[in-house]
Amino acid sequence: MPFALLKYGLSRKYPAKHHFTPAKALKKHYDVVIIGGGGHGAAIAYNLAKYHGVRDVAILEKSYLGGGNTARNTAVIRSNYLTESGVEFYRESVKLYNNLSNEFNYNVMMENRGQLTLAHSDAAIRSFRWRAEVNKHLGVRSELVDRQTIAELVPNLNLSEDSRFPIMAGLWHADGATARHDAVAWGYAKGACERGVELHQLTEVEDIEISQGKVTGVKTNRGKISCGAVVQAVAGASSIVAKKAGIRLPIHSYPLQAMVTQPYKPILTPHVSSPHVHVYVHQTSRGEFVIGGGSDPYPLYNTRATLDQRESLSAAALELFPFLSQARLLRQWAGITDMTPDYSPIMGLSPVENYYLDAGWGTWGFKATPICGVTMAELIATKRVPSLIKPFELERFYRYQQINEAGATAASH
Amino acid sequence: MKLLRCPLNGLRNISEFTYGGEYHPMPDHHKTSARGWVEYVFFHDNTAGVVTEWWCHTPSSFWFLAERNTITDEVLRTFTVDEYHRQRIEFNHSPLGQDS
Repeated sequence: MPFALLKYGLSRKYPAKHHFTPAKALKKHYDVVIIGGGGHGAAIAYNLAKYHGVRDVAILEKSYLGGGNTARNTAVIRSNYLTESGVEFYRESVKLYNNLSNEFNYNVMMENRGQLTLAHSDAAIRSFRWRAEVNKHLGVRSELVDRQTIAELVPNLNLSEDSRFPIMAGLWHADGATARHDAVAWGYAKGACERGVELHQLTEVEDIEISQGKVTGVKTNRGKISCGAVVQAVAGASSIVAKKAGIRLPIHSYPLQAMVTQPYKPILTPHVSSPHVHVYVHQTSRGEFVIGGGSDPYPLYNTRATLDQRESLSAAALELFPFLSQARLLRQWAGITDMTPDYSPIMGLSPVENYYLDAGWGTWGFKATPICGVTMAELIATKRVPSLIKPFELERFYRYQQINEAGATAASH
Repeated sequence: MKLLRCPLNGLRNISEFTYGGEYHPMPDHHKTSARGWVEYVFFHDNTAGVVTEWWCHTPSSFWFLAERNTITDEVLRTFTVDEYHRQRIEFNHSPLGQDS
């Protein structure tokens, strides 16, 4: 990696390489069809091609690569969840993220800046202690910190006791990080295409063909394809696509809104989140403050931005960082989050044979991208469900074995 | 602020309302299997398009139904529950474990 970067820096032409071969005609058959060309879909294709020798793979994307929720998320990487299943799963994802630039030989701009979650009540402190102990037990760096430590970690945070919800303590997660979300999708897609995977953009799946309980093909706006297996990785449209395969999911889709300020000099290192005042803030490497986590109060398939959310997110962000009062907003946007009842994903087998689910990614999809690629590829190639994702299968709802991560999710619904 | 028309209280700010989920007729509680109940409780149609759903005017605790387009974010109409339910639902209790 460093040598490639050096070579590039010394070459005076700064050559821009094409990441992918241009789209070809669709073939009549693929071994595996991946619906959705976002980070997850590309990661599954990459792992299938690189580690399982499954190269006859097509990624079908109705728009363009990484243009859906991969582009809309706020790029938070962390593993400080509450349940054993959740912590182990996201812990492996963070490990993979730390090596992702080397894995791709492509810079995903991973930055290990840590994450601080704020407690404004005794109840929050109790739940943080619980999370910290579960995390430590499973090898994740989380600890409960006092106000003095918070002041050292984030000197410009408003720690006044006169504010409406004074900060009482924090959960410091040293493993917390951020990365360039587009680069993650590009890196995976580049690596997959170099190994024979075909990326077909502007290709929308209109119907899914099933015969005797088994998926046999998909109908697209560019013609029919027969295939051995299909995986859907369409965060934000999980219910809509699953319905084409006759599958109903425990999902409600809500818009989640975020916004970003104009760039400033570096002043805020960690990611700061407050579930109580409903906001999280971090400064990107470009200098912008990302202010996120405002969920609409009712389900909707529309990515419009609203004044209501702008007001509530601004109020909450100013409570934590009063110096942002003069900041100008550059953008406000929304992504559609597929919320499950237990705030955990739905991964693995579906009621239709050879049709695999990578759904229910709510507000936690970006951080799971690498581990999702590894585990879903293993499932598709070997037909055995990896133990890491076994707890997230759709069947868990029928056994009342939900994996409750509602308290460990930064955005509330 | 978006407005919603409560059948009892008239046009109000949407912040006064609570979303109550998709409207589905309750399954027959004598004939439905355990899996059927799970699907009734947890699974949703999550339709992109016009849906019928429960809403509650929070200050007055008044529950009613609405038809809303989940793509355009438009409320087509709101109406009281008696359009769908004219009769009281009787729950003939049977001891646990006898109907599954």
